[in-house]
Amino acid sequence: MFDALSGRLGGILKGLRNRGRLTERDVDEVLAEVRTALLEADVHLDVVEAVVGEIRAAAVGAAASRALDPGQQVVKAVHDSLVGMLGGETLAITYESQPPTVVLMAGLQGSGKTTSAAKLAGWYKSQGRQPLLVGADLQRPAAVEQLRVLAGQLGVPMWSEPGDPVAAARGGVAEARRTGRDVVIVDTAGRLAIDDEMMGEIGRISAATSPRYTFLVLDAMIGQDAVTVATRFDAALSIDAVILTKLDGDARGGAALSVKRVLGKPIAFAATGEKLEAFEQFHPDRMAGRILGMGDVLTLIEQAERAFDQREAEATAARLVEGRFTLDDFLSQLQQLKKMGSLSQVLGMLPGVPAQVRNAEIGDDQVRRTEAIIRSMTPDERARPEIINGSRRTRIARGSGTQVADVNRLVKQFLEARTMMKRAGKGGRVGPSAGLPIA
Amino acid sequence: MSGGSLRERLSRARASIGGAVAGVRGRGGIDDGTWEGLEATLLRADLGVRTTGAVLARCRDAVAAREVRSPEDLAARLRTELAALLVDAPRALATDAAPGSPCVWLVVGVNGAGKTTTIGKLASRERAAGRGVVLAAGDTFRAAAGDQIAAWAQRAGAELVRGAEGADPSSVVFDAVQRAAARGAELVIADTAGRLQANTNLMEELRKVRRVADKAAGVVREVLLVVDATTGQNGLAQAREFAAATGVTGVVLTKLDGSAKGGIVFAIEAELGIPVKLVGLGEGIDDLAPFAPADFVAALLDD
Repeated sequence: MFDALSGRLGGILKGLRNRGRLTERDVDEVLAEVRTALLEADVHLDVVEAVVGEIRAAAVGAAASRALDPGQQVVKAVHDSLVGMLGGETLAITYESQPPTVVLMAGLQGSGKTTSAAKLAGWYKSQGRQPLLVGADLQRPAAVEQLRVLAGQLGVPMWSEPGDPVAAARGGVAEARRTGRDVVIVDTAGRLAIDDEMMGEIGRISAATSPRYTFLVLDAMIGQDAVTVATRFDAALSIDAVILTKLDGDARGGAALSVKRVLGKPIAFAATGEKLEAFEQFHPDRMAGRILGMGDVLTLIEQAERAFDQREAEATAARLVEGRFTLDDFLSQLQQLKKMGSLSQVLGMLPGVPAQVRNAEIGDDQVRRTEAIIRSMTPDERARPEIINGSRRTRIARGSGTQVADVNRLVKQFLEARTMMKRAGKGGRVGPSAGLPIA
Repeated sequence: MSGGSLRERLSRARASIGGAVAGVRGRGGIDDGTWEGLEATLLRADLGVRTTGAVLARCRDAVAAREVRSPEDLAARLRTELAALLVDAPRALATDAAPGSPCVWLVVGVNGAGKTTTIGKLASRERAAGRGVVLAAGDTFRAAAGDQIAAWAQRAGAELVRGAEGADPSSVVFDAVQRAAARGAELVIADTAGRLQANTNLMEELRKVRRVADKAAGVVREVLLVVDATTGQNGLAQAREFAAATGVTGVVLTKLDGSAKGGIVFAIEAELGIPVKLVGLGEGIDDLAPFAPADFVAALLDD
């Protein structure tokens, strides 16, 4: 029901498309939609107001790009501002010169601390470190057991002791020293930011273990409360960064922007799935598009600008209109498309493409097959596909490792598309492989 | 935290927000600042742009029609409009059971919402009411989830039916219902693994849990969606998708003892017609209360 920003902006942008320059009113109209989009993405209200004000300045002054129309320029300015606000680069993880390096996990109940602790241990292991997982959540029933099972799955040792969480955490660090583990990840009980007693307890855990990193684990689905939570945890513990969990869902994760903006703390890691490997360092630029609900449409625009050779495009367009478009032209269109990334990557960058499609790894195979078929044709066949008869089809299929039916389908679709485009021919922009068959 | 009415317990957490409605009353008249203040209050409580806009539009109409003239009237009108968003439906949980046909409650939700804790509290409450309770450890995915619910079962004095880790959750739920029917227990509360509603495979698995539960010897009377009060706008998508998959009959709003206000339930009630039935107010076994609309609205506006 809440359309992504790209959908809601569609009408406004269309109106702007044919104009040379933007008025301030145009910008206001777009920014009103941006404000709504940010609020629907759960960015904190105060942050939204501040951000929209700053973006206004950037958008009005947005430099003209020949490749983008004015509406796209505003959106690009918005996007660029958000990327800037989210922090340009990925947090670099460093280590104590005297091991072990202690990492403390903190957060609300159910934010995903235990799972993230295990995933983080897996990440450290992949970096060539020897992590130790420490269970200091003695509150939630079976939390220690959960950590033990996950540690077993990762092949990482785990340590805990019943009684006092502070003692358990301290004991874990001592255990790491004794057994030569160089990274200690301390899992703690979930707690409310307004629970003074429990906040005091995690403060004592921190004092007892001197963590190099204190990560606040935040659920990507969190709403306006994110700022209160992060502020209070930071006051009690001085957090270093955030781990954003459950990003594999459809929440837009505006908390990432709020926390960065209010506390200046970056997002270090993102948890993106049920599997223990589904954990990666955080990329601010991707998050900006997600919060805006635009996929990575701007990344796509940029890649298109880079990859697509303007002159070649014009020549191709001319041939298209005249019906002189050949399979060689089509092949070069496919190459252009591939420069933008794999087809599934390109799909993933488009807004509104459902997660199932994005994750399905579709299409790349088909592109490969199509390329193979065309490459198995003679120059003459590529120029005049209508000459391809039965014996040529059999040869092409054998040469490309495909079926005769695949060759048939490609040739037939190509001829139909060419006729269609010749008819539709006059005017209009021609993008990479617009309307062309992919076998 | 325990003791006191829902309203008292909520307001304890809310003192820091500063009464927005008190702010409205404090002004001489209704001006732009009044509306901005109210909009901010509702947005900060996670009501969302759409719900906030709709509620304030109705309040503005009332002012334009001169039904509302003073800031005091406006504060009262806002409370009325918010309460009007909530569905007019029974909020008590259905417990009807016949001999050999236990009542079944299915508990669903995203990861970390508080399903297992809620089940522990429900089991304790129903045991205290004299019902025989069987818990189904239907979360066979998360490491040690079975141990977690086992601890709650023991505290509550309920029987637990569990499968092996990685077992088919439908079969665990089915077995629990059959066991309850055989033993003459009145109630089965079934846990399920947390899942994000965007994960189509896991939602399909949940549909199957519901289908299979319907085929067992009992009757599924409640499907409770557990929603964390800190949840923002995604809460509506959660409710929509879980309802589509399992026929959700009610929401349990958990962690309301924190600083979050849980305003997304207005959209869930107004747009999907699903009532909030219970609220979770802590990690103790008794920290579960019936949802009281008037108290909830009052706590949200903090007056």
